[in-house]
Amino acid sequence: MTATLESSRARPGAAGPIVEISGLDVGYVRHRKVRPAVLGLNLSVAAGEVVAIVGESGSGKTTIANAIIGLLPENGRITAGSALVDGVETVGAKEKVLRTLRGSVVGLVPQDPMVALDPTQRISNQIAEALRLRGLRGDEVHPEVLAELEHAGVPEPELRARQYPHELSGGLRQRVLIAIALAGQPKVIVADEPTSALDVTVQKRILDHLIRLVRETGISLILITHDLAVAADRADRVVVMQSGRVVEEGDPHTILVAPREQYTKKLIAAAPGLAHGGQLAPRYVVDRGTLPAPILVLQGVTKTFRVTSPTGGHYDFQALSDVSLKVPRGQTHALVGESGSGKTTALRIALGLEHPTAGSVVLEGTEIAGLSWGKQRPLRRQVQIVHQNPFASLDPKYTIKQSIIEPLVSFRIGDRKARTARAKELLDQVALPTAYLDRLPTELSGGQRQRVAIARALALKPNLLLLDEPVSALDVSVQAQILDLLTELQRELGLTFLFVSHDLAVVSQISHTVSVMSKGRVVEDGPVAEVFKHPQSPYTRELIDAIPRGARALSADPGSRTQDAGPADKETPR
Amino acid sequence: MTVDISGASDESAVLSALPPLPPPDEVTATRHIESGRYGNLRAALAQLARKPVFIIALLYVLFVIVSAIFPSWFSTGQPYATFPSDVMQSPSLHHLFGTDNIGRDLWTRVLYGSALTIKATLLAIAIGLVAGLSFGIVSGFYGGWVDAVIMRIVDTLLAIPALLFALAIITSVGYGTIPVALAVGLGVIPGFARTTRAEVLRVKTQPFIEAARASGASWMRVLLRHILPNSWGPVVVLAVLDAGVVIIAIASLSFLGFGAPPPASEWGTLISAGRDYLVTSWWLSLLPGLFVALLVLSLNHISKTLQELER
Amino acid sequence: MTRYVIGRILQAIAVLWAAYTVAFAVLYLLPSNPVELQLAAAGVDPGSLPPGQLHAEEAKFGLDQPLIVQYFDHLGGFLHGNLGTSITQDIPVSQVIGGRIGSTLLLSLCAGVVALIAGTTLAYLATYVRVKPVRLFLSRVPAIGASLPQFLTGLFLIQFLSFKLDWLPASGQQGWQSLVMPTITIALVTGSVLAQVLMRSFDEVMRQPYIMTARAKGLSRAAVQLKHGLRNAALPAMTILGVIAGLTVTSSVVVETEFTRQGVGSLTQQAVSTQDIPVVLAIVMLAATLFVTINLIVDLLYPILDPRISHYAKAA
Repeated sequence: MTATLESSRARPGAAGPIVEISGLDVGYVRHRKVRPAVLGLNLSVAAGEVVAIVGESGSGKTTIANAIIGLLPENGRITAGSALVDGVETVGAKEKVLRTLRGSVVGLVPQDPMVALDPTQRISNQIAEALRLRGLRGDEVHPEVLAELEHAGVPEPELRARQYPHELSGGLRQRVLIAIALAGQPKVIVADEPTSALDVTVQKRILDHLIRLVRETGISLILITHDLAVAADRADRVVVMQSGRVVEEGDPHTILVAPREQYTKKLIAAAPGLAHGGQLAPRYVVDRGTLPAPILVLQGVTKTFRVTSPTGGHYDFQALSDVSLKVPRGQTHALVGESGSGKTTALRIALGLEHPTAGSVVLEGTEIAGLSWGKQRPLRRQVQIVHQNPFASLDPKYTIKQSIIEPLVSFRIGDRKARTARAKELLDQVALPTAYLDRLPTELSGGQRQRVAIARALALKPNLLLLDEPVSALDVSVQAQILDLLTELQRELGLTFLFVSHDLAVVSQISHTVSVMSKGRVVEDGPVAEVFKHPQSPYTRELIDAIPRGARALSADPGSRTQDAGPADKETPR
Repeated sequence: MTVDISGASDESAVLSALPPLPPPDEVTATRHIESGRYGNLRAALAQLARKPVFIIALLYVLFVIVSAIFPSWFSTGQPYATFPSDVMQSPSLHHLFGTDNIGRDLWTRVLYGSALTIKATLLAIAIGLVAGLSFGIVSGFYGGWVDAVIMRIVDTLLAIPALLFALAIITSVGYGTIPVALAVGLGVIPGFARTTRAEVLRVKTQPFIEAARASGASWMRVLLRHILPNSWGPVVVLAVLDAGVVIIAIASLSFLGFGAPPPASEWGTLISAGRDYLVTSWWLSLLPGLFVALLVLSLNHISKTLQELER
Repeated sequence: MTRYVIGRILQAIAVLWAAYTVAFAVLYLLPSNPVELQLAAAGVDPGSLPPGQLHAEEAKFGLDQPLIVQYFDHLGGFLHGNLGTSITQDIPVSQVIGGRIGSTLLLSLCAGVVALIAGTTLAYLATYVRVKPVRLFLSRVPAIGASLPQFLTGLFLIQFLSFKLDWLPASGQQGWQSLVMPTITIALVTGSVLAQVLMRSFDEVMRQPYIMTARAKGLSRAAVQLKHGLRNAALPAMTILGVIAGLTVTSSVVVETEFTRQGVGSLTQQAVSTQDIPVVLAIVMLAATLFVTINLIVDLLYPILDPRISHYAKAA
């Protein structure tokens, strides 16, 4: 059923759906067998509609995006069904036919703006390329490039057009990608997690802008995301997928308020932003005055890094300026901020991995700033760290048991029998079966590896755990499990946590107190309940507002479309 | 991106589920998951066993090495025995590689000539490996000015082409297995040093290194138990590849006339001697040449297969 | 940026000087007196000569001086273009080399051009072609090409193209026909090395997300590979140019000997046979200088060609 070029052009302004998928099966070839990724997909997108496809990893959502645009990877196969794009059948279609659809009928906004632009070409060239495919020539091209940049919300378009991708911030790059997608004047745009790699405030601005553009021009939008709240906030229709199948479909209000399927309910319950009807409901309410004595105190900490540019010049980068915070014993203190806020640097200084340029760090009554690694060693037993990336925080050649007991080996605690017993005990504590002791990290999922990392951190029976975004690399449902585990461990073992995160919803689930950081400074701190309900600093307010909480969907009547967020607030250029 | 199996209500459901589907940018096939401490090794061996060309290449290399040590196992003749009546015979069942201008069986001579080259090759690779690894580890581990100095030393070794360096040594000292092995070994050091250094740098920045440090491991422990085991993969690949390079270099030297003096029958010497008779008796040069070429090709293939396994 | 340039140049000089020291040490420190070697090679027992004569011979070549003096003498000479005096022929080394360098340069250039074109084309095709067996075949060819010893390929070529088919001359350097087989022999190896590096580079580049972005605009695979793939893949492959130059130099030793060409390569073989140390030293230094210079040029060019370095954003 291949369509020819003629038939695809002979349908000007067809009134039917822009995208019509029926019974689509897509799989990947591995070890000579086809492993299914999408099963029996039925999806229809009308002109001007915004449809969100929501799913966790393995749900097949990215596969759908690639299939619609005809760019499945080498081992991808469409094994059944049909996918009509603007009336043209793409299943089994020749490359020539698909190429006429790409760019001019279907536009793609890819996921990670940091790697989705050719690093050796100027921005103007990359947009011009799309324009030339549309038919523009010669003198018409450049003004149109600037127009598209402006349209996408890029300030100072003449300057940016001349620059190379690495000179732009992540948010600006994403706007350029939007401009490229729009340049082809497509009828439908597929946006594959267009903002997951960006800070939440930037995310909000870009999504706002994208939706507004789409509404203005009447282009359909297929928004692919793992975040149900984002989907509910922006889409006319939400499609929930799991393991390659559509689980549930409907308008956002119904999905959030009256979900039919178990999986959907699970997603909603696990999403910290949605679980409480769109409100940030802090788990703990404490009083500023009655906090326990601190186990860790940072006072006036400043950190400057000497950075060498590739051409040999030096400049100073101020990561932290006069940062002070207290971590009360037995509770969780959160460090919240976007990228570049300095929160990870502060954590590393607290652990002793970095030395502050100025200021003091007092751990259990001992000053550790400036202390050599050797002298710090006895304190290692009090403080341990859990890293962000569960795939890189375990030595791939070590069995689970070896990883967990390594701290004991380093400090020469116990003999083989004792250590094995302790390993089993620790696995129990993190709710993993003891059969895992002999496995390798590659056999475990992300959530399981993170549990192992936590078990390892507990091996020395520390009092303080430093957690660097421990759940941000995990699926939402797993996130909830890990957070519950941490809460339970804190209760059982009387642990103190210093919890770094960019996600306020996660923070409100686990923390008692919080410090909000921006550009190396602490802009606000206090009990979570206080700071989140009555933020004093404008930055904190901005952060809270930016959280997708499905608020619009929850409050709106089904079927109505309220206006999107206000006038275009231009992003500050980096 | 995350790879959790969503919807699994308990761990056993996850355990029994298939490994997660590859995200679209993962085009290469991942290998079987085998469990346990030597799981990786077993999985690798299983994969290798399924590649017929690899097996053939490996067998050939083993054959060459074994025949170099025990040539009498594979040939009944004597390398210096002449058969005046069988002068200049083309290859036949009786004389596998034919005979030369004074009636010596070429096959036997090739086998007996292997020993010197193989010895020199092993020595050269050993030198390159030990020195290169040490340089690379120290360089990658300490960084700073130590790194800079070592890399300059490596640069110097690179600047003089290995063959010319070997020739220079031969100029002064004359031919000898050890000087030649030394010269070629020095030429191979930079590759090992750079590869090892790159691996050490790559592993050093991984979070699990930091986790080990944070849980009290000394730098020595981190180096020996974490960095080294994770770094040696590409080094092995390079070692096999360089063995081929070294063999060509040593054979080239003897081809140029700088090999062991006659009647020793090093490969390059045999090939060079056969040049004069190329028109009439092509087998004198080309068969030993093929012997060497197949060896190098096999080593290359083994190296490439190992490399693809790594990924 | 100037710091970088100056730094690299100083490094290059330091490496060259170190290389000179190593070469000098190998050639002059090791236990043999060049003059005695010459005499022995000529069948004359050094002990049988009148004592003054040996000394006079040695003095002629500066060999009676302490090693340190010889070291600096030669170094100074090199810097002024004086490459020493050949012990076998008793004429300046620069003259000996000068007469033969033309032939080598010609061969090297031809081989270089062929290698560049063939290697790049092969790598390009291997990445572009989708038919699996063809692709597999194309990607295996460089591996084979790089493994064949040059003394073997040269002989094969001579056997078939010269003796069997009588198309090309087996030796000498008359006319362009004599260049064909030597060029192929050298380019087979250097081109294969280049092809392998480029293929790996292409592989990596074509997997990058920005390739997907480009295709999503509606560009054909060929256009994407040309406009986006080539530049990004070629940049890191540039670093291999120094290695290829080195390979060409060492190849010429074997190839010129095989095809009986009067170039610096075959000169090397003769100089080593006759143990003419000054000539060997000069050739080694020439090769080292070539290698270091090419690497320096690549190192200096790379930042200019890669916008990530030349357009370093201060505002990032």
